[in-house]
Amino acid sequence: MLAKKRALTLGAGAMATAMALAACSSGNVSTDDSSAGGDGGESVTLNLATVNNGQMQDMEKLKGEYESANPGTTVNFQVMEEADLRAAVTADVASGAGQYDIVTIGAYETPQWGANGWLVDLTEPLASDAEYDVDDILEPVRVAISNDGKQYAVPFYGESSILMYNKEVLDKAGVKLSMNPTWEEVAEAAKEVNTNDMSGICMRGKPGWGDLFAPLTTVVQTFGGNWYDEQWNATVDSAEWKEAVEFYKTMLDESGEADPVSYSFNECLTALKENKAAMWADASVAASLLEADDSPVKGKMGYAHMPVNKTQESGWLWSWNLAVPSTTKNKDAAIDFVKWATSKDYHQLVGEQLGWSLVPPGARQSTYEIPEYKEAAAAYAPITLDVMTSVNPEQPGVKPQPWVGIQYVSIPEFQDVGNQCAQLIADYIANRSSVDDALSKCQSIAQTAGDAQKG
Amino acid sequence: MSTKTKGTLLTVFTWFLVLVFFFPVFWMFLNGFKKESVASSVDPSFFFEPVTEGFRSAFDRGMQGYLMNSLTAATTATVIAVLLAIPAAYALSIRRVKNVEGALTFFISTRFMPLAAIVLPLFMILKELDLLDNIYMLSLVYAAMNLPVTVWMMRSFFLEVPFEIVEAARVDGAGLYREIVRIVLPLVLPGIAAAALISFIFAWNEYFLSLNLTSSAARTTPPFLGSFVDGRGQFLAVLSAAATIAALPVIIAGWVAQKQLVRGLSMGAIK
Amino acid sequence: MSMTDVDTVQADTATEPRRAKKSDLSTARRLAAPAVIFLILLTQVPFLVTIGFSLVRWNLLYPNDRGFSGFDNYSSALSSGDLGPSIVATVVITASSVVLSVIFGMIFALLLDRAFPGRAIARTLMITPFLIMPAAAALIWKYSMFDTNIGMLNWLSRSLGLPIVSWGTNHPLATVIIVLTWQFTPFMMLILLAGLQGQDKGILEAAQVDGAGTWRTFTWITLPHMRMYIEIGVLLGSVIIIQVFDPIAILTKGTGGTKTLAYLLYERAFIGLDIGQAAAYGVVTVVLTLIVATIALRTLFKVFMAGGSR
Repeated sequence: MLAKKRALTLGAGAMATAMALAACSSGNVSTDDSSAGGDGGESVTLNLATVNNGQMQDMEKLKGEYESANPGTTVNFQVMEEADLRAAVTADVASGAGQYDIVTIGAYETPQWGANGWLVDLTEPLASDAEYDVDDILEPVRVAISNDGKQYAVPFYGESSILMYNKEVLDKAGVKLSMNPTWEEVAEAAKEVNTNDMSGICMRGKPGWGDLFAPLTTVVQTFGGNWYDEQWNATVDSAEWKEAVEFYKTMLDESGEADPVSYSFNECLTALKENKAAMWADASVAASLLEADDSPVKGKMGYAHMPVNKTQESGWLWSWNLAVPSTTKNKDAAIDFVKWATSKDYHQLVGEQLGWSLVPPGARQSTYEIPEYKEAAAAYAPITLDVMTSVNPEQPGVKPQPWVGIQYVSIPEFQDVGNQCAQLIADYIANRSSVDDALSKCQSIAQTAGDAQKG
Repeated sequence: MSTKTKGTLLTVFTWFLVLVFFFPVFWMFLNGFKKESVASSVDPSFFFEPVTEGFRSAFDRGMQGYLMNSLTAATTATVIAVLLAIPAAYALSIRRVKNVEGALTFFISTRFMPLAAIVLPLFMILKELDLLDNIYMLSLVYAAMNLPVTVWMMRSFFLEVPFEIVEAARVDGAGLYREIVRIVLPLVLPGIAAAALISFIFAWNEYFLSLNLTSSAARTTPPFLGSFVDGRGQFLAVLSAAATIAALPVIIAGWVAQKQLVRGLSMGAIK
Repeated sequence: MSMTDVDTVQADTATEPRRAKKSDLSTARRLAAPAVIFLILLTQVPFLVTIGFSLVRWNLLYPNDRGFSGFDNYSSALSSGDLGPSIVATVVITASSVVLSVIFGMIFALLLDRAFPGRAIARTLMITPFLIMPAAAALIWKYSMFDTNIGMLNWLSRSLGLPIVSWGTNHPLATVIIVLTWQFTPFMMLILLAGLQGQDKGILEAAQVDGAGTWRTFTWITLPHMRMYIEIGVLLGSVIIIQVFDPIAILTKGTGGTKTLAYLLYERAFIGLDIGQAAAYGVVTVVLTLIVATIALRTLFKVFMAGGSR
């Protein structure tokens, strides 16, 4: 009988023990939290969630400098893949779980989260610090992440998009490109240099609102189309959209990479480095990777503005920003770290400790005046700054739009709309459906989201 | 053809298939020792100057902490799942509950719950209980995730135990505890080893729950591995290095469990 | 114990519902109870919460617009038209991956059950695809194997003078099935190998002595013995693969007929961020899977349910 009972209680006991352990250790964690006051005097642990881009890896490497300058503060980095970061941070911040003191969020999320009251308003703490010089932050970037004139985040790094091409290959084929080419010229040039061994151009085709639709939205906008008109009516079934999407696919078919639906930023980067593609229109930060010391195409590249059709400029605008969720228990310490990581001094620190070409680009005007940076990034710094200050996030296309932002629509539904439409267009690119079919389905998905904005 | 030649040919064939299957893992292992640009070169490099950057950067970023968490979570989850599954599987095979079919369906149906659908509710519940980012809580969730599979596997091994052996033990006056632990368990050890190994591997590699239910103190290796995916740059070499490190503990666990697997059911001898 | 006793017991067990004594039944119930309670606490409670969520209007990004919405979420889930294609994708991907990995798993289990030089090493190598974290495995296949420029598969075709294959664009379904089969073959092999170990070697030898060929021994003796292990492999493999979403997220993003229910749910919950709608999709999926699974369990696994070949 005793033996029977033992067998019976075995499982229940195991669970009870684990539960007890769980409860126990959670107790410890919360004690730690409550002892960590907010005024920076005592020991504070800041949990920071971020993406795994090079600039953020550098920040993790340099956090020791901050910690030794601020004894008692520990900054705990939680690096995640982009989609993971979105999932984890959105669930945490939206539910008020408050596991993170500092989060890295995109230009797309920042104004929406700010409006929801999820983020600490940084306008005053930044403006009151003359040394921080908040006006030094690039104007279009600041506009794109503000809501109602309030600043809820600070850009850590920013980018636009540019055209990159292998000068050697184009020269050999006798192809010349101006600093402001049109898409027709670029498609023509891509056809010229396209061979069996090297595709003329590499463009993103991977379905995803941040993959395919980053460049494709800008193509649509410069062709005169856009996601919505001023009254939030979806305009995806317009002639301009069809023209732009057909142009994109034709260019890919004639001279693009072999497997476009698998290709996005990283894949094209490899193709360019490995001499498997001659041209590429993508994020401006790519230039610094093509010009890195280990790159086989270093010094062989030419750069131009993003190709256009009907508009003057067609570059996109993206930034990864540091923000402080309003649930944090360490608000002051968190703001202090955010300011440190986005300060002019931090840019000097990166340059001196890790190398001048690694200074986070696209955030501060003054970065482009640092002599060492100008020298190290001579190939791409001027054009990056030029593009980033000339794009207009309030009206990137031909017609006015009811939101601020270039390659995305700042509404909560957009990542869903963008993703579903990207899948439809990927099917068209892979010849599994027609352009009319893809766009009419996309139109109705976009319209449902647009209707939600009308009310 | 003589039996010996046939045997040799079969061995060669076996090794060929095994190596083809193993190749992607081998390639990952090699890539871990390459520079990023070499790992992503058009012509594959089999011979290259090995670098340990990838491995070093994994540990520089604190991989050991994530590995420890994974070990805790996978071990705790496996122990709980096996301890709960043995009596349950026993009740579903040798000492029958009335509605075996219903019970089996219940067990397996809990595994049908799509994680993406319950992860947000689970997140909200754990948030209220202050149990987010807790390694033991994560272990419990993993145990629940693995329990149905473990029960089903064990049941099928228990069914193989000749009933006469159990009867004989009962006639000899063995209690339930002795019946299970001394008589039946030794016979199904390979099955338990296989089930435990599978449970351990699933818990070790679980990504989604760890990503969403932990944030720092309790985060396990898989989301950390995922973090090597660089949004703006090549990452194949460093990811390969980190994935190789992450696979080593399970390879060792596999090696250990294999010894148990090879031991074989000893029923034949008893019959 | 005398021979006659054993015979009686065997005769008894042969008449299917083994007549159990009352005390036996309650012991059995108590043995199963801890596992059942544990599972109810950890899976059914969150599911009840999911059902609750499915009846509210709650998008994470509209925190101020929450309220009871009745069955709105269900009607939008059912009328959206994405459930049908997802069911097809789920069935196609799960069935092909499971069948292929059982076949390969069986081949490897048989080959590796035989004694040969380096068997232990070969077995360990064979398990490794299953040990690699699924997301890492999918990434490695995407870049190192399938890529048109740097992938080994296309390097092989180029070296042989064959045209290169645009895996992701033209064969998305195949990429997912290949990666899943590669990862789950060792899983099947483990189960089948454990089953082979339980085979009575005496009977096999006797068959050989009687002059039955290898193929006959396999189909007459091994296969019937392995039937239960194949069934358990198919069942567990299906249950697990049906949930898989890493290879889809990494290789195809749900295009080309690869948007399984698991991936669809992920999109609803983490891209749509609509908790109510995602919960409704979840409940519908659970109900659908349960119906299919119950039918499958009661027909395909009838023998198994009743207790195997005994």
